[in-house]
Amino acid sequence: MEEKAIYSRPDSLTDRPMHYCPGCGHGTVHKLIAEVVDEMGIREKTIGIAPVGCAVLAYFYMRFDVMEAAHGRTPAVATGVKRVLPDKLVFSYQGDGDLAAIGMAETIHAANRGENISVVFINNAVYGMTGGQMAPTTLTGQKTATSPGGRLVETMGPPVKMCELLNTLDRPYHIERVALDGPAGVRKARKAIRTIFEAQRDGKGYGFVEVLSPCPTYQRCTPVESLKFVGNDMAATFPLGLFRRGGERIDA
Amino acid sequence: MGDRVLMTGNDAVGEGAVRAGCDAYYGYPITPQNELTAYMALHMPAKGRVFIQAESEVAAINMVFGTAAAGKRAMTSSSSPGISLKQEGISFLAGAELPAVIVNVQRGGPGLGNISPSQADYFQAVKGGGHGDYHQIVLAPDSVQEMHDLTILAFELADRYRTPVMVLTDGRLGQMMEPLVLSEGPAPAPPDKPWAINGAAGREPNLIRSLYLVEGELEQLNIRLQKKYARISESEKRWEERDTGDCDILLVAYGTSARIAKGAAAEARAAGIRAGVFRPVSLWPFPGERLRELASQARRILVVEMSAGQLIEDVRLSVGERVPVDLEGRMGGGIPSVSDVLARLRALDTEGR
Ligand SMILES: Cc1ncc(C[n+]2csc(CCOP(=O)(O)OP(=O)(O)O)c2C)c(N)n1
Ligand code: SF4
Repeated sequence: MEEKAIYSRPDSLTDRPMHYCPGCGHGTVHKLIAEVVDEMGIREKTIGIAPVGCAVLAYFYMRFDVMEAAHGRTPAVATGVKRVLPDKLVFSYQGDGDLAAIGMAETIHAANRGENISVVFINNAVYGMTGGQMAPTTLTGQKTATSPGGRLVETMGPPVKMCELLNTLDRPYHIERVALDGPAGVRKARKAIRTIFEAQRDGKGYGFVEVLSPCPTYQRCTPVESLKFVGNDMAATFPLGLFRRGGERIDA
Repeated sequence: MGDRVLMTGNDAVGEGAVRAGCDAYYGYPITPQNELTAYMALHMPAKGRVFIQAESEVAAINMVFGTAAAGKRAMTSSSSPGISLKQEGISFLAGAELPAVIVNVQRGGPGLGNISPSQADYFQAVKGGGHGDYHQIVLAPDSVQEMHDLTILAFELADRYRTPVMVLTDGRLGQMMEPLVLSEGPAPAPPDKPWAINGAAGREPNLIRSLYLVEGELEQLNIRLQKKYARISESEKRWEERDTGDCDILLVAYGTSARIAKGAAAEARAAGIRAGVFRPVSLWPFPGERLRELASQARRILVVEMSAGQLIEDVRLSVGERVPVDLEGRMGGGIPSVSDVLARLRALDTEGR
């Protein structure tokens, strides 16, 4: 079964056409994960936990073991897998509604325990799958189906900054925010994912990468404008960069 | 024979899980099951197994979900309000066909209720407390010995049928002490789990899911589940009978209520009333056929339960119009006394003559 030939498509990605909208960030991040898994030669050891959200069908595209989790419970499920299979690479893949709203408790406590898992967090500032509602990360003033007049801080609170929040905990090993705002951003995202996967492989502990991600459909713009929204508007609220490296906090 | 020891029911469940080869336990504090969580905290890590005090019951059942998907034996326990929180997870376990053991040490409700023993979660347990068409196997011990034995059986049935299994008990059984004989290990090895997600080494990737969006796919899953439930109904009905051979009044009860029913039936016999006891051990599948047979010979049925009348619905469904069915029930953490039940038996006895 094992092929040594070089494909343009990563070995860890299936050839099934993706269902994502044009310009969506999910497909890009799937590909990055698949590339990192291939580079590290761990396809047969990798276990992905898919969220409830647009990426629930991630398993159709990933050519390694994948399971679903209930909405928001992905880090608890990942914990349940990793604790009994400590030599496998277990990552959870989650959207902002999944990770920062309904699954906030599981997110924080998995990080606080320092679970030796990797979390890839797709922050697209909206709920995609259910039709563009307000997410915990929706920008102040941003219009969504459930904030038709724009997000109002007085009644809806400001956007939740997950990297900053998790950085208050002592146990995480690596926390980083990147943006899919162009080729350079994609390269950084890939490097960050590789960093947390390697950290897990080496038993260093909890890694968290937040990927600011385009969702042209519900950010209500074209794919090109979506890249700008991610790189300019979102990055203004969610500063890019390293928050935690090697278990040490990085001063901004 | 295994060792004879004195233990609380909660500890006996814990020791049963340990001896059944439970790989991981996930819990969250709630009375009256705290002894069980503490037992696991003490004994699981010492054996190199996993114990986590989760951040909530929701997290705990989802950790169970992950461990079960990884092909290992997992258990969680809680009491009524916490079991309510686990229902989404139990539905997911049923949908994804994963084996797991859930222990409910029931307390009084609704709401925060109280911490007294209760049997008011019967409907939730046997009718499917979560969403969708599913069942879990429900086992109801009535002694500390059975707390131990049925926990071990729960792991075996969960693996055999790839289904969640609940041990439905209550605060009195959980906290009382009784002598019991511990099972002699080691437990039989779990079956092979070629479906588990444990790294696609030398095989095609496995996928564990309960989402089926393609038209008709979910119905196919449901048809498969219903066939499985039919198989379980065929093979896994369990019950106990006492003095049913010639009985005039049949008491039907499970768990703590069954102990009281047995006590009352013995006193009634001594007083010349021919009482017998039918105790369902599996609440789902419910041993209704045997109950129907007994109903054709008894003159009356008295259901004893610590609820407003939940088990009684399955009793009525089973016996139909054959005999009158009455309830001796207490609610909100109240426990029927032997003398209450006896008085009821006396009244029914004279009424019918
Ligand atoms: C318990 C529960 N509540 C709500 C839903 C409905 N639901 C499905 S996906 C989703 C949010 C998805 O948004 P996000 O996590 O941001 O991911 P995206 O689709 O944007 O990638 C919600 C609320 C659900 N499936 N389960
Ligand atoms: S709705 Fe947004 S997140 Fe979902 S597939 Fe479309 S672009 Fe991607």
